[in-house]
Amino acid sequence: MSAPLMGDASEPTLFEFSSPGRRAFSLRTTDLPDVPMDALVPRPHQRGEPLEIVEVSERDLVGHFTRLAHRQYSVDLGAYPLGSCTMKYNPKICDEAASLRAFAGVHPATPPSAAQGWLQVLVELEEMLCEITGMAAATLQPAAGAAGELTGLLLMRAYHAAKGDHRTRVIIPDSAHGTNPASVTLGGYEVTTIGSDERGCVDVAQLREVLGPDVAGIMLTNPNTLGLFEEDIVEIAAMVHAAGGLLYYDGANLNPILGVVRPGDMGFDIVHMNLHKTFATPHGGGGPGAGPVAVSQRLVDFLPGPRPVRASGGVGFELVRPPASIGRVHSYFGNSLVLLRAWSYIKLNGAEGLRRVAEIAVLNANWIRASLRDLYDSPYDRPVMHECVLSVASLKRATGLRALDVAKRLLEFGFHSPTVYFPLIVEEALMIEPTETESPETVAALVVALRTIAEEARADALAGVALRAVSSPRTTPVERVDEARAARQLVPTFDASSYHH
Amino acid sequence: MPDYVPHTPEDISSMLDFLGLSSTAELFAAIPASIQLSRSLEIDAGISEADLSFELAEIGARNSSVGAPGSGLVCFAGGGAYDHEVPAVTRALAGRSEFVTAYTPYQPEVAQGVLQALFEYQSFIGRITGLPIANSSLYDGSAALVEAVNLAVAEKHCQRVVISRGVHPNWREVLATFAAGTGHQLELAELPTGATDWSSIDASSPAGAVVVGYPNFLGCLEDLAEARIFADRVGALLVVCQDPVTAGILKSPAEWGADIVIGEAQAFGTALSFGGPYLGFFACRSELVRRLPGRLVGETLDLSGRRAYVTTLRAREQDIRREKASSNVCTNETLMAVTTAIQLGWLGTVGLREVGLSSARAAHYARTVLTKIAGVELVTTAPPLREFALRLPIPANEVVEALIGEGFLAGISLAEGFEGTEYEGALLLAFTERRTRQEIDNFAAALARVVTK
Repeated sequence: MSAPLMGDASEPTLFEFSSPGRRAFSLRTTDLPDVPMDALVPRPHQRGEPLEIVEVSERDLVGHFTRLAHRQYSVDLGAYPLGSCTMKYNPKICDEAASLRAFAGVHPATPPSAAQGWLQVLVELEEMLCEITGMAAATLQPAAGAAGELTGLLLMRAYHAAKGDHRTRVIIPDSAHGTNPASVTLGGYEVTTIGSDERGCVDVAQLREVLGPDVAGIMLTNPNTLGLFEEDIVEIAAMVHAAGGLLYYDGANLNPILGVVRPGDMGFDIVHMNLHKTFATPHGGGGPGAGPVAVSQRLVDFLPGPRPVRASGGVGFELVRPPASIGRVHSYFGNSLVLLRAWSYIKLNGAEGLRRVAEIAVLNANWIRASLRDLYDSPYDRPVMHECVLSVASLKRATGLRALDVAKRLLEFGFHSPTVYFPLIVEEALMIEPTETESPETVAALVVALRTIAEEARADALAGVALRAVSSPRTTPVERVDEARAARQLVPTFDASSYHH
Repeated sequence: MPDYVPHTPEDISSMLDFLGLSSTAELFAAIPASIQLSRSLEIDAGISEADLSFELAEIGARNSSVGAPGSGLVCFAGGGAYDHEVPAVTRALAGRSEFVTAYTPYQPEVAQGVLQALFEYQSFIGRITGLPIANSSLYDGSAALVEAVNLAVAEKHCQRVVISRGVHPNWREVLATFAAGTGHQLELAELPTGATDWSSIDASSPAGAVVVGYPNFLGCLEDLAEARIFADRVGALLVVCQDPVTAGILKSPAEWGADIVIGEAQAFGTALSFGGPYLGFFACRSELVRRLPGRLVGETLDLSGRRAYVTTLRAREQDIRREKASSNVCTNETLMAVTTAIQLGWLGTVGLREVGLSSARAAHYARTVLTKIAGVELVTTAPPLREFALRLPIPANEVVEALIGEGFLAGISLAEGFEGTEYEGALLLAFTERRTRQEIDNFAAALARVVTK
């Protein structure tokens, strides 16, 4: 099969480059005696037919994946204003740190005596994250935010259980990330959803009504998914604590409060952080992430083990099991190389740099909101933190333009789309998070693009012609993708594909 | 310190002007003053990238890494994390920033690179497991196990889970941790020969899942036909934790009748990394696709009729089903899945078989050599493949510590998860295609010195 170089032709799958007899691999010379298969594998376990996976040359392999890379948008290529995702620039030095053999080449079963460098990094990272969040201790094991949430909920469960306190419900605002309610269910709790008030914040009166002796806790994101700071947080914390519950902080939106305010000082007991957001570790196209969970003093004994700590003798580091540990939540110590990147990022920035991150992230978001609120609806019209949520609702009524169309048309301007249709409480939502690493010029260009899209929709509607945005994108590697077809005629592998002969 | 924020003081003041503000502090007016931090964070001042490199070198020197040509420890440790060949081509391609710095493919029109690579990854996992459906990754082997058990329990409406002690002890512990939330009841099946004995488990009451390793944690080949019969007897789905490196030489778990096949795919191109990020793979029968955890990429067409890829059957996922979702997974391990697709492309049909054979051959040779040492014997009698556990005259953890000084990571000292069994205190060794006869001979000599001291 011939392969297109660049441009808009499809790239064949790797399997279509396969030809019997081609190979890319070569292995060490081992000088081991040749042993017949029957001596290695008992007959009933031996494969009958050979397992054919693919046979390609190294040159074709490199060509294929390089062309795939050319069909992929990324932060290194341009702005990625996905709300709640904090797609900031990822410093290259952190990747280099993670590629050092002294770290990447360490087996997880290496005894602590031979992995002191790793344990030092993990302990120092835990200490820095605790200072940033105002908490007492942390586990670095959870591999992503959702894993952190579930870990936090199990800590909550263990805490109540240790007191002989059987509680069944966890409160979540209607603006919460979808992982929150899913994690609550897996944590063995029932979800009680409460509404947001006209300010876009937790409805305190409603919260008071649902609080009771059966409430284990509340999960909040602060600033919330509307980009708004929960101004009543001190009162909320007092109410929940008075009812015997705990406060869980979803750290997806931690970026704009670095060095400004700490979840621990707001009254939170459990905090998860998304290191792949706030601490600039790359997203890898959807992972690996890391979701450490920090806790207040009363939860420290329940943390997952084994836990890296400073050695009791004062020199070096060791692994311990907290006395009432909930147990492991990861095969080993968490996504260590992601943790090393975050450690590096904090070291590079220092206290002052982190505060600057928060300030500029908030400045960029507010500048965007102020520059677009005349053309897009701003449902909760007040200054925001790290992101602003706008709505296409009025434009939709006037022109038929939907949030989805805005997202697709924006791709033609060379930007990634914002998050759309989230939070669920905003109709036709556009959730825009510029982060601190996009320059004023880039942010201004994004605003121009979004203004152009709104204006051309009005012009198209006035002229009575089909909206340009509806047929976009046209300049991307593929045009609008038929998602319904993918679900209706499921083709999850090449072997299920009609291209497979 | 480096500054990754591009704004100049002039930029900041003009943007503040536009907002009608006079200082950046005013940006935080919504935060009650009573809780705002009135001091700086107690974190050291930022350092330069050059200084960081020196600090990393200094700290890294306190680690003993494995596998470096000509230096580092020679690795005989495995247990789910293996020292396999990672060629330059895999590192170069998987390190491309288009893959590294992309987000989850929410806009498929600009994410065909990641989506197609994931589709190819799913296709490889389908062939390796023998099953038609594979998701696009989970955090690690333990997470894949937890998701597999949750799926089986939901499908069978039965929370009793029978799991072999031969499943990775850390994975079993993670499963137990999460069972505190779901309420699953876990029952352990023992390993009298190194392989699982199902006969001592009560088969009169139903179970949702039966879980077994292939080969198992002790390196033994389990009789999956027996596991299938037992699963049928208790009405459970059969979950097999597969070592995917052995797929080129062993019959696939699907051929034995597995309903769900999961495992750890670190062996395909991912560095040992002190335990993460790794990659949990997950494959199942077609009937179970509506309960599949995590993301699934499907082939489709774009508006102009060209082949395209997109995440599909999204209605299963947490952002849509919220508290009714059967899994909460969102960010997973996409980059490791892309890495695996590249590595399997590099290995190809012949290379995958060769890696499996070579690993088994090294283990076979090492068994012969090591068991000649006085007081050293194989703990299991079930057929081994590329890992095996040895009983030593002195505790295994002491042997591991001592041999680090001799340039070897000798293996894993079995402790947690094997308390009170005959395997406690044994040494688990693993072999890959990177182990040579010379290395094994040197290791045998060192081990003999240490155990006969």
